[in-house]
Order: sequence, then structure tokens, then C-alpha cells
Amino acid sequence: MNETLNLFIGLAMGLNLLALGSSRLPSLIQAMSLQGMLLGLMPLIMEHEHLDWRLGLIALATIAGKGVVIPTLLRRAMRAANIDREIEPFIGFVPSLLLGAAGTIAAVALSQALPLLPEHAGLLLVPGAIASVLTGFVLLIGRAEAISQVCGYLILENGIYLFGLLLIHSTPLVVESGILLDVTVGVFVIGIIVDRIQRAFDSLDTRKLTALRE
Amino acid sequence: MNALLLVIIPLVGAGVAALWPDNRTRPWLLPVVGLAHVGLTGWMFLDPPAVVADAWLAFDPLARAVLPAVSLLFLVCAAYGVSYLQIRSERPNRVFVALLLAVLGLLSAGHQARHLGLLWIATEGVTLAAVPLLHFNATPRAYEATWKYLLVGGTGIALSLLGSFCLGYASLHGGGGGDLTFVALMSQGAGLSRPWVLTAWVLLLVGYGTKMGLAPMHTWKPDAYGEAPGIVGAILAGGVTTVAFTAILRVRAVIAAAGEGPIADRTLLAIGLFSMLVAALFLLGTRDFKRMLAYSSVEHMGILSVGAALGGAGLAAALFHVWTNGLTKGTLFLSAGNIRRAAGSPSMDHVRGMAVLTPRSAAIFVTGMFAVTALPPFGPFFSELQLVRAALAGGHGTATAVFLGCLLLAFFGLTRVVFGIVDGRPRTAARANGRRFVETAGVIAPPLVLLGMSLWLGLCTPEILREAWAAAVAQLFPISTP
Repeated sequence: MNETLNLFIGLAMGLNLLALGSSRLPSLIQAMSLQGMLLGLMPLIMEHEHLDWRLGLIALATIAGKGVVIPTLLRRAMRAANIDREIEPFIGFVPSLLLGAAGTIAAVALSQALPLLPEHAGLLLVPGAIASVLTGFVLLIGRAEAISQVCGYLILENGIYLFGLLLIHSTPLVVESGILLDVTVGVFVIGIIVDRIQRAFDSLDTRKLTALRE
Repeated sequence: MNALLLVIIPLVGAGVAALWPDNRTRPWLLPVVGLAHVGLTGWMFLDPPAVVADAWLAFDPLARAVLPAVSLLFLVCAAYGVSYLQIRSERPNRVFVALLLAVLGLLSAGHQARHLGLLWIATEGVTLAAVPLLHFNATPRAYEATWKYLLVGGTGIALSLLGSFCLGYASLHGGGGGDLTFVALMSQGAGLSRPWVLTAWVLLLVGYGTKMGLAPMHTWKPDAYGEAPGIVGAILAGGVTTVAFTAILRVRAVIAAAGEGPIADRTLLAIGLFSMLVAALFLLGTRDFKRMLAYSSVEHMGILSVGAALGGAGLAAALFHVWTNGLTKGTLFLSAGNIRRAAGSPSMDHVRGMAVLTPRSAAIFVTGMFAVTALPPFGPFFSELQLVRAALAGGHGTATAVFLGCLLLAFFGLTRVVFGIVDGRPRTAARANGRRFVETAGVIAPPLVLLGMSLWLGLCTPEILREAWAAAVAQLFPISTP
């Protein structure tokens, strides 16, 4: 079970690097969407011995939300704004890739400092989580297009989700569903604002959002 | 049950507002729900219910010490909201009224949350519900502010979720069941795994600190407060920041129970003083009187953080300051909203002579400014005095000096902007605009009432309030009750 899970986490970490290195928005959204689907499958792998319908429902909701609905919305926004690539990021693609690679190494090193329970010791969940959070940060800070920043935010959230899998046995389902609901509503709110910005500024380039400063 | 009612009543009100057909009468739902909320809170305040130890949601001593202030502030803002939305009758207010009520419900949930996950869900809910309130004016500037609020606030709130997970894992690793109620976490105490506790503290402080607006995570605040209507600014500055502050207090109690209290206090003191310094420096530079209020809010969040770092006496002073700051800030936001509407611009480059155009609002604004910069006999003077005494008694001489220096700098910055817009002769272009704005009782009385409350808190702080703050301190410092 651990090998399969680690393979999935490894793939998710690879998708982080893909997201950092691509200038085309469709590939960035694709990477994020694949990562979301992988994440949705993980609880099923962890709990394959005692599956129940509620867990299945949460997994299904995650795959549908992170893997299908959100990417579709982002693609629509992208077409409406008539953009398909990031022209001038604040942090270039090669530097972001290097940052991402360094972050991944740092994540593995950092997770050595944090003690784990024996049943989690062989898993890559903690380094995977830290690496995704860092990737999310690089995209949030380094990209100028609003859609790329949203992808960054979602990858950051994916990292937190990975970490949350450590607590899968102990958190009550109510809390997990509440969190899932909040995250989903959050993405919809972001989507609405992206749409409004597109109408108000006729662009999704956040460099145009500079009226407010000291 | 009543604790749950405090959440349900506003949420039902929000639902009714969403279905209410008439744009003109809908705003009256705000004061109606606000009054019910104040009534219930007041009743529970005077006759505190017994708290079941492992309840997820309860009107416990900490909620009792701060939630009534938020409830009162909301009621006064709701009364202002009726007049404000009448002036803005050209804009549909269905979403605005419904979400304002939802914010009240979620704030009640957040203040009373005794479970780490529930606390996060409520705080995130408030963050999201506030989004359409910020861009009520639907200008490009408002959307820009909303975007920054969403990205910075969303990241902050995501980090606090990560921090909550870390604290949960600290419990799991320490042999606990991963029960995320604060009572269970505190009773596990030193059994929590140390590296995970420290990681959790950093993430939760950054996360909830972003929501509270502590520097350097405050960057969304000037934009959001600058572009949002005054009533929204008042509720964000007096209510939403308070829920983040109580979150930090509850987490700090867990960290202290785990034996890392000194580290938590040092970080709170450092981040508090840093926020005050950053805010004071920006106050000296800003030319926009609504952004000025945001920096003033950052400064006062710094004061709260410093108070929380100073042990029991400091915490009692900080809880006092939650009341005085929230109510006085409300005065400033509402009167600034009037001035902004009459002046047509928020910048002191374009606005002056408001004492001529809006004499009443300007008088309240100036008095409120003196109140918030701790002029006796207004409330903030006494809460800050109590805080300074706690700091000196605790032997924090240098910190006290920095604290007082920042207050002085902030005073210079605030007076510079406030008198810049109030004094002088109004510009001719502004005169015509200003005449269209009538200072009715509906927009003057609410800020005046808040100012009166600030004065009342300063002149004669009711004994029952002091007792409520002491009870909250006893809840958060179970071992060494001062």
C-alpha cells in the first residue's frame, strides 16, 4: 500500500515541477487538474482495507472538484480573457523551476526534523505537502496572470490536503466535509472575482492592479 | 442551545434577506437581527450558562469577554446601514444585507468555537462572506482591493489550516487521540510532540495573524478598508479581527500548556511591536484618510498582540482594549464614511475644509481620532494605561519604551491627515458634491453612540465587564490565575 501511495505522491511532486516550468496556461491547469485527481484517489489507497461509502463520497467530491470542475472553470475564464500563456512572469520559468527543485530537496531535508508515527514513517506525505505548499507560493508570488495565481493557490491547498491525510483516522468526518465545503466555496468566490476583474479591467494581468499603493 | 442560537438567528436572517423581495425595506432586517443578537448576548452575558467541557461551541468565559462588544458594534453599524443603504438606493442590496448578517452568524460561531476545526471553518466562512461586501461599490479599485484581500487572506487562512493539522498531529504523535477540542489539547499538555507544536504555532500565528492584520501580513488591510463602505470597515476592524485574536489566544493557551509559553509570548511581543512600528511609519506617510484607518487598525492589533504576550494582567488589558478599540474604530469608520461620501475622494490631496461641508461628521471624526490616540477620558487611554502598567510590572522596560514611541508617532501621523482634511477652505468642486450629502440623524447618531460608549467605558468601566475579562484570563491561564 505504501509503495502505491508513495508513487502517487511522487507523481504529484513531479506535477509541481511541470506547473513551475510551463509558460502555457493550459499545461499549468492540466498539471493542477491531474494533481487534484491523484489527491482524490489517495484516501482510497490508504483505506483500501476498510472502505465505506462516506469516504468514497469524499474522494469522489475531491476528484470531481479539484480534477474536473475547477479546471473547467479556469479554462473557460482563460478563453474569455483570450490568453493562453504567461508572457512576463515576475519570476522567470527557469528560476521558478530551480526554486521548485531546491524547495523539494529542502522539503525532504526538513521533514527529517519532524518526528513521525511508525505507521507514517515510510511515507512521502510530509515532504510532498511541504513541496506543494512551496510550489504554490512560488506561483502566487512569481506569476502575473490571475489564472496562474489561482493555480498557485490551488496547488498550495493541495499541499495542505496531503498533510491532512496524516490525520485521516482521527478527524471527524464533519470537520473534513466542512473544510471541503469552505475550500470549494472559496474557489467559486475567487472565480467570480476573476470574472469581475476581467470585465472591469478587460484583462487578467495583475500588473494592471496597481491603483492602490502608498 | 443558546450558544447555537447566536449563530442560527443571524444565518436565518441572512436567508430571509436573500429571499426578501423589496430593496427599500430589506435593510431593516439588519437592525432587527442585530437587536435580537444583542438581546440574547446580553442575557447570556448577565447570566452566563454552564459550559460543558468538551462542547464544540459554547458561550465560554472568553466568548463572554469579547462577543458582546462585537454584537453591540454590529447593532450600531446595522442602524447606520439602514440610512446608508437608503442613500445608496440605486444599488441592489440583497447580497450585501444577506452576507452582512451571515458574517454576524459566522463571527458568533468563531468566537464561541472550542474546536480547532470548527474555529477554522467559521473564520474561513467569515473571510469568504466578506468578499462581496468589499466590492459593494463595484469600481475597478474595489475589485483590485478584493483580489488582494482574497489572495493574501486566502493564503493566510490556508496556512492556519496547515497549522491546525500540525497541532492535530502533535496530539496524535504524543499518544493522544487527535481530539481537536481546545480542552483536550490543553489537558494533553506536555504530552504534545514539541517539534510539531512549534511548527503549528508558527503557522497558526502567521495564518490568524494575517486575518487579524499583524505586520508584515497586513498588506491587504489598507486596500480593503480603503475601498470598502465605512460600515464594512467598522465590522471588519472591530469584529473580524477580534475573532482572529481570540483564535490566537486559544491556540496560545494550548502552546503554553505544552510548556512552550515563553516562546509564544516572545513571538507575540515581537510581532506586536513590529506591527505597531510598521503602522506608525505608514501613518506618517499615507495621504488617504480611509487607508489611514487601516494602518491605525494594524497598530491596535499590534497593541492587542503585545497585551497577549504579557501574562494575565496584560491579557486582561488586551481584552479591555478589544472593547475600547472596536467601538472607537467604529466611530471613526462611520464618520469617515460620511466624509468620504460628501468629499468625493479619500485623499487629502483633494479634500479639505470638511469642517465646513460636514460639520457634525468632522467633529465626530476629530473627537474619535483623539479618543483612539488615547486621550483621556476615552476608553483606549485606560486600556492602554493598564497595558503599560502590566508591561512595567513584568519588567519589559525596553518594550514599553518602543510601545510608547510608536503611539507618539502614530499620533503625529493621524493628526496630520485628520486636520489636513478637516481644516482649511473647501475646494469649489467639492462644495457642490458636499451639498448633496445631508447629515441626517441616521448617519450621525450611530457614530456618536459608539463614541459615547467609548467614553462610558473610560469613565466608569462596569464591574461586571472587569469580572468577565478576569474570568477569560482564568480560562486561558488555568494554572497561574493572577
